[in-house]
Amino acid sequence: MSTPGASTGAADQAGASTGAADQWPLWEVFVRAGRGLSHVHVGSLHAPDAELAVRNARDLYTRRGEGVSIWVVPADAVTTSDPDAKGAFFESPAGKNYRHAVYYTKSEGVKHL
Amino acid sequence: MTRPTPDAHGEVSVDRLALAEELAGTGSASGPGEGARIAPPETAEYALRLGDDALVLAQRLGDWITRAPELEEDVALGNIALDLIGHARSLLHYAGSATGRSEDELAYWRDEPEWRNAWLFEQPNGDFACTIARQLLASCYWFELNTALSASTDPILAAVGAKAVKEVDYHRDHAAQWTLRLAGGTEESRRRMIQGVADVWPYLDELFEDDELVTRLAADGVAVLPSSLRAGTEAAIAQVFAEAELEPPAGRTAFTASGGGRRGKHTEHLGPLLAELQVLARQHPGASW
Repeated sequence: MSTPGASTGAADQAGASTGAADQWPLWEVFVRAGRGLSHVHVGSLHAPDAELAVRNARDLYTRRGEGVSIWVVPADAVTTSDPDAKGAFFESPAGKNYRHAVYYTKSEGVKHL
Repeated sequence: MTRPTPDAHGEVSVDRLALAEELAGTGSASGPGEGARIAPPETAEYALRLGDDALVLAQRLGDWITRAPELEEDVALGNIALDLIGHARSLLHYAGSATGRSEDELAYWRDEPEWRNAWLFEQPNGDFACTIARQLLASCYWFELNTALSASTDPILAAVGAKAVKEVDYHRDHAAQWTLRLAGGTEESRRRMIQGVADVWPYLDELFEDDELVTRLAADGVAVLPSSLRAGTEAAIAQVFAEAELEPPAGRTAFTASGGGRRGKHTEHLGPLLAELQVLARQHPGASW
């Protein structure tokens, strides 16, 4: 999030290298909003290491009381599905209603189903 | 200076009422049926000292926004500055109650000799390491101060202390984390960290100076005796230094600044800081935005 190549007096003073190669690594941030809920991906940030990533996440994503727990994960540890293979990956369930368990009647007294 | 349309920033709206609710020690905390508490004159002077410390450092930290090593650190320092403005608002609001002045009047319309902050807080930011060194000293001191202040016999000061101590705990952690990384990073970062500590160290001593006013207030359990905070503050700093393999300056680089901020005597750095803080309010009195 620094400006690559821009070398201002202030940045030099700060002892910061603003070259892209020296930029802090990227982290993905997950925040749990409350007890009983799961951690949800909220965004990403740069930090020099995991401990500071948690602290940066606290400042960037929970300063208005959004969370009770934070996870950070190195962005390069996340393996993603191929966006170009969306068809092969995600369209196959179409027209296969039998995969949805909609033919059962719910037993009495069962909540949250 | 025109007021923006009500929904220009979504749900964010800050009006006078909402601002008043943020003040520690007012509202529900002060008990049912209790009117706004007026500070006794000496307590007001004490609150002014503590409030000026927080406001001056908040103004200094604001300078880092867009200039920190990374955007994330802009936000971290900005957040800390906002916490400190919160403390300053509560304290100056209370201090002003003794003389019928608002927190804004105290912030914008006092000249240099009327400010009561200690010298540490008005020192220039220097480089990032110097700012972190100042943060470490300031937040270790404030943690001890606010812990003790939360037991004050004055209900407003006790409420401010109780609220501030949790925030300052985080500030202390932030400063400690960066002290460790800078001291244990590269040769250059370590050199800067050592220099930063040497630059701010002379101003630590003033924080622990007692005078007649604070001694009288402390006897009544209103104020915290500054000298009583020395051991805890220095122990907390020493703990970080031990892990970072740093040492307090000794020999040629060690000296103690004379201080005098509590009496309105300041270093040459406060004037320009106040000029920037106050110029808008003074050029456009009563402006709102």
